[in-house]
Amino acid sequence: MEQFVNTFFNCVSLSSIILLTSLGLAITFGLMKVINMAHGEFLMIGAYMTYVVQNIFERFFPTAIFSLYYFFALIAAFVVTFFLGAVLERTIISRLYGREIDSLLATWGISLILQQAARSIFGMQGVNVRAPSFLNGGITIGGCTFSYNRMFILGLVIVCLIAVWYIMYRSTFGKQMRAVMQNRAMAQCMGINSKKVDMITFSFGSGLAGLAGCSVALLGSIDSTIGQSYIVNSFISVVLGGVGKLTGTVLGSSIIGFGSIGFENYTSASIAKAAVLLIVIIVLQFRPQGLFSVKSRKLDE
Amino acid sequence: MFDKQKNDCYTKAHKTKESVVKSIHSRLLFFISQSAECTLWEYQTKESFAESFFSADDSFNILQGVEIMKKKTIISLFLCAALTLSMAGCGNSESGSGDSGEDTVKVGILYSATGSMAISEGAVKDAEVLAIDQINEAGGILGKQIEYIEEDGASEPSTFATKAEKLVDQDKVKTVFGCWTSASRKAVKPVFEDYGNLLWYPVQYEGMESSPNIIYTGAAPNQQIVPAIDYLIEQGYKKFFLLGSDYVFPRTANMIINAQCKAKGVEVVGEEYAQMDQTDFSSIISKIEAAQPDVIINTLNGTGNLSFFKQMNEKNYTSDDYMTMSFSIAEEEVKTIGADILKGHMVSWNYYMTTDTPENKEFVKAYQDAYGSDRVTSDPAEAAYDAVYLWKAAVEKAGSFEPEDVIAAVEAGGITFDAPEGTVEIDGENHHLIKPVRIGVIGADGQITTVKETEPVVPDPYLESYDWAVEANIQPLE
Repeated sequence: MEQFVNTFFNCVSLSSIILLTSLGLAITFGLMKVINMAHGEFLMIGAYMTYVVQNIFERFFPTAIFSLYYFFALIAAFVVTFFLGAVLERTIISRLYGREIDSLLATWGISLILQQAARSIFGMQGVNVRAPSFLNGGITIGGCTFSYNRMFILGLVIVCLIAVWYIMYRSTFGKQMRAVMQNRAMAQCMGINSKKVDMITFSFGSGLAGLAGCSVALLGSIDSTIGQSYIVNSFISVVLGGVGKLTGTVLGSSIIGFGSIGFENYTSASIAKAAVLLIVIIVLQFRPQGLFSVKSRKLDE
Repeated sequence: MFDKQKNDCYTKAHKTKESVVKSIHSRLLFFISQSAECTLWEYQTKESFAESFFSADDSFNILQGVEIMKKKTIISLFLCAALTLSMAGCGNSESGSGDSGEDTVKVGILYSATGSMAISEGAVKDAEVLAIDQINEAGGILGKQIEYIEEDGASEPSTFATKAEKLVDQDKVKTVFGCWTSASRKAVKPVFEDYGNLLWYPVQYEGMESSPNIIYTGAAPNQQIVPAIDYLIEQGYKKFFLLGSDYVFPRTANMIINAQCKAKGVEVVGEEYAQMDQTDFSSIISKIEAAQPDVIINTLNGTGNLSFFKQMNEKNYTSDDYMTMSFSIAEEEVKTIGADILKGHMVSWNYYMTTDTPENKEFVKAYQDAYGSDRVTSDPAEAAYDAVYLWKAAVEKAGSFEPEDVIAAVEAGGITFDAPEGTVEIDGENHHLIKPVRIGVIGADGQITTVKETEPVVPDPYLESYDWAVEANIQPLE
């Protein structure tokens, strides 16, 4: 029982981390169909922002309020990556809509530039973020230890999920957004400023990557390659779940999270990775459009 | 127009038919770079061109390759050469200056400045540059200043091989200091063996290797792993859990540890490998909890260490709950991971920043003066620093910079250096260093204090002097 609870918590925790890193991608890739190879680097920027904010607090603020740095880091990570996303969309991506391969190459270039910039600014050595005191350690209930920061990430994912769902499906902006993505010409005829919608949508997706970066900073070291180690799982979970559907992404990341931990418990990490990818391949063989897909009457889809 | 040695190297280097094309390509480059010095137009016919382009003692298949390629390539080759001639005014004079200048000697420095390994390899490179600067300031070697050429291996073994070939072939360096991972060392090994050049490899590794063209200045397994396990057994640890990153060093190290534990009658209760870029260790931690070991033998490398220790900390585990013995955590890593998480855990190396020798005090001071007072020195950095000085000693003994003379001097024995870790000597037989072993405990201040120090240990990369290792028949992993 103890071991089952432990494993289950690990599964949920890993799924939530993957989901958090995929949420932004579900918007930029899933909804907007922009293959943004630099998405992982937005995550990296979010993680480095946490480090920067931590250092600012360490130097300029009394130690009593040091732990509060994390909330400011969350905000800073979101704002900075939101802004960078806007810049990237305006200068590069907006010129490449409908040319997936070109935007893939261009954003890959951006990703290399950002990685090198991180190395130049923060050095080659990975940096570490100290968890705020209220997220340090874990609580032990009946032989199982639940770590605070994993529970925090779980909570953060739920909040983000609700926020994304509300913005996409309940707000006026979300309605405009979906209208533009589904039928750009018609939306423009209805008086929607599609350029503005594109920019804000992309920035929002990038901002979510920044938030994810801020939370994964608690789990390991921050270096220029941190984005790369999360981005693959994120792409897989978005594709697996079905491009363009939020529920799909949730299910996709859960399958990967539960699959990885489940297999790893009985085999090794390498086998688990291979097994999960095998499952993904099999699923996509039978449902190439992913587990969930947007129903459309368009003939060309 | 070529020197003879170069051609011999070429002949040795490329034996298979597939490599003929590659070979011609690199010869082409080499030829072009030299073309300004000779008059190209004396090669009137294709045959005489081919004959002088490839030396007379070339193997048959290369000439055969020429036959195949002749029609298309020769024409374009002439065009290329002609093109280069026009640009050679600036290009060639620059590449020739190293040899004609005569007051400098070129060496190569080959580490990753980009990619996942850049984290570790930067500090090692800094230590070597420091040693080179010190030697230059003190007047150089045999009256010559050392000029170093840096190349970036980009954490990719194949890039390491390409760059090594570039350094040895185009830049004509007399020796190369470089490589961190075993994969990169294995990738460049044939390059150095074929060209007869010399590589100084500064990192502790899994052993099972002894190339005539490599000097290993880090620890062999019997200078790090074996004494650490012996120490743990001495201290009464009985249940071992082996955790490592999934690549050649941890796998070979664990093979050795398994054999040693079996011979000494202690139990290995689990063995797990994490992916190099793994970020989630919850599954591995559950397996550790289930196995209930006394001590975890940690051979994780790179970013995995921080994730693992952070996630152990998340579960409120300290060194009291699970002791670890790490082979890849040095001062540099302690600084990143944080002493609050690592305090009390054990490590095994040959050198620590706290090592109490006069040479070390000078080394630490020089290192911090050069790179900032917040920088720490570590075992690989120290071994890299030693490598440069040992090369100096060998060159001075040989009286020549030529790699074969230096290797001969090394193999004659007696090359020593008063290193920060104590006096080290190159074992002429297997090209490793005779050096002391130190088991250390990480303190709350991030410094590692020595709890056990041995006399200098003779390197034994194949563990031939250990009965249990011979019995277990440990083979190198490829």
